[in-house]
Amino acid sequence: MEELFEKIAHCVEFGKINLASPYPPDMKGQVGADELTKQAIDAGAEPDDVLKKGLVVGMEKIGIKFRDNKVFVPQVLMSAKAMSTAMEHLKPFFESGAVKRKGVFVIGTVAGDLHDIGKNLVSMMVKGSGFEVVDLGTDVNSQKFIEAVKQHPGCFVGLSALLTTTMVNMEKIVTDIKTAIPGTKVLIGGAPVSEDFKEKIHADFYSRDPQGAVDFLKRSVA
Amino acid sequence: MGKIIDKINSGKILVSDGAWGTFLQAKGLVPGECPELWNLTRADDVLDIAKGYIEVGSDMIETNSFGGSRFKLKNYGLEDQAFEINKAAAAISRQAAGPDKYVLGSIGPTGKILMMGEVTADELYDAFKEQALALEAGGADAIMIETMTDLEEAIQAIKAAKENTKCEVFCTMTFDKTKNNDFRSMMGVSPTEMVNQIIDAGADLIGANCGNGTRDMVGIVKEIRQTNTKIPVLIHSNAGMPIYKDGETVFPETPEEMAKFTNELIDAGANIIGGCCGTTPQHIAKIVEVVKK
Repeated sequence: MEELFEKIAHCVEFGKINLASPYPPDMKGQVGADELTKQAIDAGAEPDDVLKKGLVVGMEKIGIKFRDNKVFVPQVLMSAKAMSTAMEHLKPFFESGAVKRKGVFVIGTVAGDLHDIGKNLVSMMVKGSGFEVVDLGTDVNSQKFIEAVKQHPGCFVGLSALLTTTMVNMEKIVTDIKTAIPGTKVLIGGAPVSEDFKEKIHADFYSRDPQGAVDFLKRSVA
Repeated sequence: MGKIIDKINSGKILVSDGAWGTFLQAKGLVPGECPELWNLTRADDVLDIAKGYIEVGSDMIETNSFGGSRFKLKNYGLEDQAFEINKAAAAISRQAAGPDKYVLGSIGPTGKILMMGEVTADELYDAFKEQALALEAGGADAIMIETMTDLEEAIQAIKAAKENTKCEVFCTMTFDKTKNNDFRSMMGVSPTEMVNQIIDAGADLIGANCGNGTRDMVGIVKEIRQTNTKIPVLIHSNAGMPIYKDGETVFPETPEEMAKFTNELIDAGANIIGGCCGTTPQHIAKIVEVVKK
């Protein structure tokens, strides 16, 4: 079974979705994360092992390569697609409670900003590390974030912004969330955002890449 | 007035314009508002911005149409006004430019990712065609496709402009320096990979805009010139990376600092120099000073 988990991780890392997918070219004609995950479940593998020893391992590998600029957005998107396709087979086990999520991560692009590529990347990477992700979309104001935090007590919150004109809205949103639900951990990210900015607006964590956010979340629930 | 490319081929270095967004905000644009709608509702303010660059000596100005594709306008429910909005954008800049300066009709990315199936190549082509035709109808001399990160999207935009308008077609992509000290776009494209592909698609001029500031642009121009020594190159660089200060973001590169790099850009092989985020008429005035020397 361990060998099968390794294969699943490999497919996720290299973005091999299923047999029909022509990507990556050197794996053309081979089965992908989709079939292998089903195979593992059918063979009696623990769903939790499929997740943690297969899918999560593959996503972490691609996350690290992305962090180190060894791969770029397209490769991460393919990996995420392989991961989410495979994850469908685990859905019943999440619903029955046989597989537990590590925690809940609420994410959105801040008010005034309609860009979603960065937000989606972080969302996929966090999902791929075993968290439940609640994606509030773009142009999200304090009120919507606060409502989501109330629905998911103890969740983490991620704020994304691409524009220098909208990153300034993060300060108000961080303050509003922390006033409404003290102790909520808020992560920020986006092209114009920095560690220095994070300090100034009293957010809890900043990372220039999605893997940093994943590492922070994993540390926080460990 | 002739073509921009002909002026470059006769040995001239030309100066483009600087940022628009920061100006629109200074005039009251709030985050979440559609900047391009101002072409219809606040045309005088948009005209003021364009004039600001012409007055300091820009040879050409862009149009307030960066997010004017129907995909971007859809976010505001304005997609059905795409033609009207883009035509107005070009007409405003045409008015500011007068008969002696050039108008570059700006086209930015749609924000949709082709490889994820969010959009098809044909849909992109049609949206860019609509935008390019409107910009030409409003009086644009060239179509300035910019801030591209995906080659295929850039190629669709170039083809749409080339095959449907008489405008010169320019295309710049946005590169950042990676941890391995090379330049790549968000989608992983290097300047070297960009050059031949977008020239083959029909670009009359290529280059880079946005990114990390003027210093890095020198390296990008050098990389482009290693692959192609002849194609005209345009650089629109940011005034450095934004810094947060007292509730607002500021760009740190001063007009003097930017001007200092201008000669380096020219020496590396750039033909048109202007600014992107954080640059002002003061920055452009300094660049004009250096270029005209």
